[in-house]
Amino acid sequence: MTIDLTQVRGLFFEESFENLDIMESSLLDLEIGTFNEELVNNIFRAAHSIKGGAGIFQLDDIVAFAHNAETFLDEVRDRKHSIDQALIDLLLRAGDILRMMLSASKDEIEYDTHLAETCQTELQQALAETTEFVEEIIAEEIIAVPAVLREWHIEFKPDLPILKTGNDPINLFRELEELGELTVIANIDAIPDFADLDPQSCYLSWELILRSEANDTDIEEIFEWVIDECELNITVNNLEDTELSISEQSIEELEITPEIIVPKEVIPQNIETIKSINNKVIEAHEEISEDIVNKHINTQGNTNSIRVGIDKIDNLINMVGELVITQSMLDQIGENFDNSDIMQLRDGLSQLERNTRELQENVMRIRMLPISFSFNRFPRLVHDLSTQLGKKVELILSGESTELDKTVLEKMSDPLVHLVRNSLDHGIELPEQRKQVGKPEVGQLHLNAFHQSGNIVIQISDDGAGFDTEKIRAKAIQKGWITPDENLVDEQLYEFIFQPGFSTSEEVSDVSGRGVGMDVVRRNIRDLGGSIEVKSEAGKGSKFSIRLPLTLAILDGQLVRVGEEIFVLPLLSIMESLRIQTKLVNSFTGTLEIYKLRDDYIPIFRLYKLFNIKNTATKLEQGLLVIAEGDGQKIGLFVDELLSQQQIVIKSLENNYKKVQGVSGATILGDGNVALILDITGLIQLFRNQTKSPSYLPLGTIRYE
Amino acid sequence: MSSDINSDISNKYLTFVLATEEYAIDILRVQEIKGWCKVTQIPNTPSYVCGVINLRGTIVPIVDLRLRFNLDYQEYGSMTVVVVVNVISQNGKERIMGVVVDGVSDVYDVIETEIKPPPDFGSVINTEFVKGLSTVSDKMVIVLDIDKLLNSNELAIIDGLSQG
Repeated sequence: MTIDLTQVRGLFFEESFENLDIMESSLLDLEIGTFNEELVNNIFRAAHSIKGGAGIFQLDDIVAFAHNAETFLDEVRDRKHSIDQALIDLLLRAGDILRMMLSASKDEIEYDTHLAETCQTELQQALAETTEFVEEIIAEEIIAVPAVLREWHIEFKPDLPILKTGNDPINLFRELEELGELTVIANIDAIPDFADLDPQSCYLSWELILRSEANDTDIEEIFEWVIDECELNITVNNLEDTELSISEQSIEELEITPEIIVPKEVIPQNIETIKSINNKVIEAHEEISEDIVNKHINTQGNTNSIRVGIDKIDNLINMVGELVITQSMLDQIGENFDNSDIMQLRDGLSQLERNTRELQENVMRIRMLPISFSFNRFPRLVHDLSTQLGKKVELILSGESTELDKTVLEKMSDPLVHLVRNSLDHGIELPEQRKQVGKPEVGQLHLNAFHQSGNIVIQISDDGAGFDTEKIRAKAIQKGWITPDENLVDEQLYEFIFQPGFSTSEEVSDVSGRGVGMDVVRRNIRDLGGSIEVKSEAGKGSKFSIRLPLTLAILDGQLVRVGEEIFVLPLLSIMESLRIQTKLVNSFTGTLEIYKLRDDYIPIFRLYKLFNIKNTATKLEQGLLVIAEGDGQKIGLFVDELLSQQQIVIKSLENNYKKVQGVSGATILGDGNVALILDITGLIQLFRNQTKSPSYLPLGTIRYE
Repeated sequence: MSSDINSDISNKYLTFVLATEEYAIDILRVQEIKGWCKVTQIPNTPSYVCGVINLRGTIVPIVDLRLRFNLDYQEYGSMTVVVVVNVISQNGKERIMGVVVDGVSDVYDVIETEIKPPPDFGSVINTEFVKGLSTVSDKMVIVLDIDKLLNSNELAIIDGLSQG
């Protein structure tokens, strides 16, 4: 077989990580003391698949480790171990080690072999802790003490389409060969005439004779994946006792050379036929594996691939079909157009509009993934953390099927983890404390996601102690952010937790308290065009609400005109727009104009100066000031005129050009012209570069509004 | 393939006129030729970057070759021609760009071995962008290296900033 394994390698890793996720979530669903066969089987299957896959890629250490885990799981499956916390923890850890080994070999880096060995020893210890009967099995599998040599007769007749499922009989035979001396007899009776031959079907059946010490489960295991797609008949002859004392010499004689014995009645001409069939099988196999690879857009660097449900694709195909019909309808109208057709044309155009909009929505939906992809890691996180902190926590997930853009989802993962860790560490109290204040011992952590007016809202709430406003206040005073006599409402105090360097934790722990984090969380969310707000009630708990745009590809924009150029400002960054009262404009060091807006001093950015645009309003009273915020700073953008607000599709400038300072991208307006999207943070930098002013420019800072 | 076979290979080149000079670019790099349309200016860019246009949903930057080569500016009008080309940048990324020229002239077969290196002085343009000179039906044409030309100076992709 000449299949390029590197192509499938990425696929293997992707699937293995999925399997590990399944394993983990099944483990967490297991209830202590009860035996849930389905879950245990899930876990076993996952481990088995990883072992099998790793074998193909000769990742021997992973195979060995997975084999141990699998053996252990097999016994769990046979109810030889009771399911307790220690067992679940051990298996979770084993999963982690596997994940570590897998990602190490994926990136071709070294991993901590010591950790793996420790866990492996633990697994073996756990194995040893069972009954004598079990020990025999271990002995057989690990130390390979010679057992009874038997002769197995296996009739294996795969169904015709077996190759299409990705199974290859040769691999099965290879695995069997590892168990002992294998003789393979191919039966080619079923091969049709050449004309009727479907190269992608398997017409062969086999009779296999295996002389091996293996037991029936070993053999059945090999056929486990094809059992539903073949006729399988396994019989056994125990060989005479004398066979047990095989001398070394006879082992050499028995050297494993699998050969295909063709029945005598087959005349040599047929060999050619077989060869050509064989070639076709190989071709078909390659075709299929190519298909499998192609299905995954860009297998290298799996962060770039996305799995799309077939229903979504079908939907799209339907819609494109409709679009084509509409197009041909319009074509027909256009061919012999006269004025009486105007109604038809109008209908056609509105149909076209509907088709286009639906198509756009559906294409966008391809990028959408349910938030469960992110939520699913939390049961494990909460499990581990609560054990570590000695707290009892119940995690409630809801709205897991809420969909959001893949990019947003990926960028939200870390902030969410941070917030959950914070809630566990600072929010939920220790069981004794909870009892004292009359709350149930088990704290609740609630993760919720839902859609609200074109946004997605993610809430993390707990029923813990809530924020200690006094502590926050003290800290803020200590840091010099406020003076002791300043009176702030709670919401203003909560604002401080988002300041860099803020932490009320007296001691820095493994979990949190380093004071880096919340500011990063907020920045990440802002980068995605979202916002975060906090509600808290002392003694009752706190709640973080994150509001995010559904997708990064579309944003609500405000069109502004400067001279003849039209620019787009993201609506989210605009605070207000106003007509300038010249008496409130002050000059600052000659280069900067400052506008006094209520309590704030806001620098005026004349867009036409920044961008060097001709023919514009140059007197402040001729235009408008748009107060916008970027990176925590407010600026006033001086523009000629505000135009309409509309949803815009973001196009990249960098694809064909390069990054332009002050501009985050471009969009195409209704008339087909290009408009640039302004980036407030970039504008501030551009302004600084142009005026060469020091970076401690007194730009208006956000006052808690 | 051995070199003696290679030497006979001729490639098709599209030529265009700038002022009085005739320039040639590899025709396989030419995506389309279109008329002048309104561009959206990009702030703070050199004068030879006219701006960007919407080419069926893609944002394509337009470069004025006259200005790039320090020739006199000529008013854009209905006769102005934009040649849309595929450019391969240093990092192997393909970019689509438009170049403004006075007019498209012809398509020639140019035998690769007959492209002679340019004299490395006396030319207003940096000879770095010139692949060579060739004579086609008694006329001299300047064969341009479009990749080098459209990845130079201000047009270069700065690594780290260019994430699609």
